[in-house]
Amino acid sequence: MSEKEVKNLEEIFEARISRDEKIEPKDWMPEKYRKTHIRQISQHAHSEVVGMLPEGNWITRAPSLRRKAALLAKVQDEAGHGLYLYSACETLGISREELYEQLHSGKAKYSSIFNYPTITWADMGAIGWLVDGAAIINQVPLCNTSFGPYARAMVRVCKEESFHQRQGYEIMLTLCRGTEEQKAMAQDALNRWWWPSLMMLGPTDAESVHTEQSMKWKLKRKSNDELRQQFIDQTVPQADILGITMPDPDLKFNEETGHYDFGEIDWDEFWQVVKGHGPCNKERMSARVNAWNNGEWVRDAAMAHAEKNANKKVAKAS
Amino acid sequence: MSEKKKNWPLWEIFVRSKNGLEHRHFGSLHAADAEMAMENARDVYTRRNEGVSIWVVESKNITASNPDHNGEMFEPAQDKVYRHPTFYHLPDEVKHM
Repeated sequence: MSEKEVKNLEEIFEARISRDEKIEPKDWMPEKYRKTHIRQISQHAHSEVVGMLPEGNWITRAPSLRRKAALLAKVQDEAGHGLYLYSACETLGISREELYEQLHSGKAKYSSIFNYPTITWADMGAIGWLVDGAAIINQVPLCNTSFGPYARAMVRVCKEESFHQRQGYEIMLTLCRGTEEQKAMAQDALNRWWWPSLMMLGPTDAESVHTEQSMKWKLKRKSNDELRQQFIDQTVPQADILGITMPDPDLKFNEETGHYDFGEIDWDEFWQVVKGHGPCNKERMSARVNAWNNGEWVRDAAMAHAEKNANKKVAKAS
Repeated sequence: MSEKKKNWPLWEIFVRSKNGLEHRHFGSLHAADAEMAMENARDVYTRRNEGVSIWVVESKNITASNPDHNGEMFEPAQDKVYRHPTFYHLPDEVKHM
């Protein structure tokens, strides 16, 4: 294809997106669109899968059967969400094995929040309330993104995720209405998860390199800073109901803007964790790699069994 | 990893949400065979009573039209307005038609 032809196709493509038409896998698309989507969708899928690990830590130690059933269901949902997203990503012409390989080799990223440890039961509450809360704010606008398979996966994810945040908040509420020690535990979890949750919404607009292109392709409908403000504005009153406080002395409602002003985010910490130096990066990756490697014989055996059965059927028929 | 090794194939999953409705495409997943595809489809796509019946089809068995040929495939239908009831002019007095 000549350069002029490509340019022409690109113009038609951009026009389709601005008319709110969806792009489906077999449609022509610019290489950059394909690559950006593979990067973002796979990063999203990896986050779902790695995100199961911090919570998996508490399944066997949940304080009641009710909590245990809910946590199991939540983690199972996350496995499902990972699968929806991997499937959407594979429609762009990359295989599941390649995607795993990118995760395991460290080439692909996942949400840096999952590199923090879950040291008390209250962390299950804080994760559901704050981490899932921030994730929902990120994900709801994606239900309208331009790439059809991604948008459809997000609709399903958002529908299923609404219980995740509620169950987390309920855990916090129960602790905050409990003994002094329980309330202190909830406050401690909030202290540790608040700032990482704000970082989860991504670097500030000034630092965000992909924003402009992503806005055009509707991979993003609001900027990171707008999403962060929205998250803070809706979360602070929820903390008030719990009777615990955000670990930010500068947090204050601004009558003039109608929003909360907040303190400086420690972006050095964010970049350190993204680059692999968070408290649990190594542990998370080794858990994933081990699961994949130790499961190899199971995958092979299942395939061998399926082939044997298929051959038997052929033999019977002939 | 050896190149020869076979990975689990891809399956397309169709779910009937309730009797009276058609099966609709819900998504896809990898599985070693149809039986495993069915079990996984149940766990992935019907955890919240989303369905009463599941079809699994190996993706390679689906023949899809090519969007590059959408012109000759679908445009001929566009100028055949006489296939629609509004093409025919009748006086208002004619009822029930």
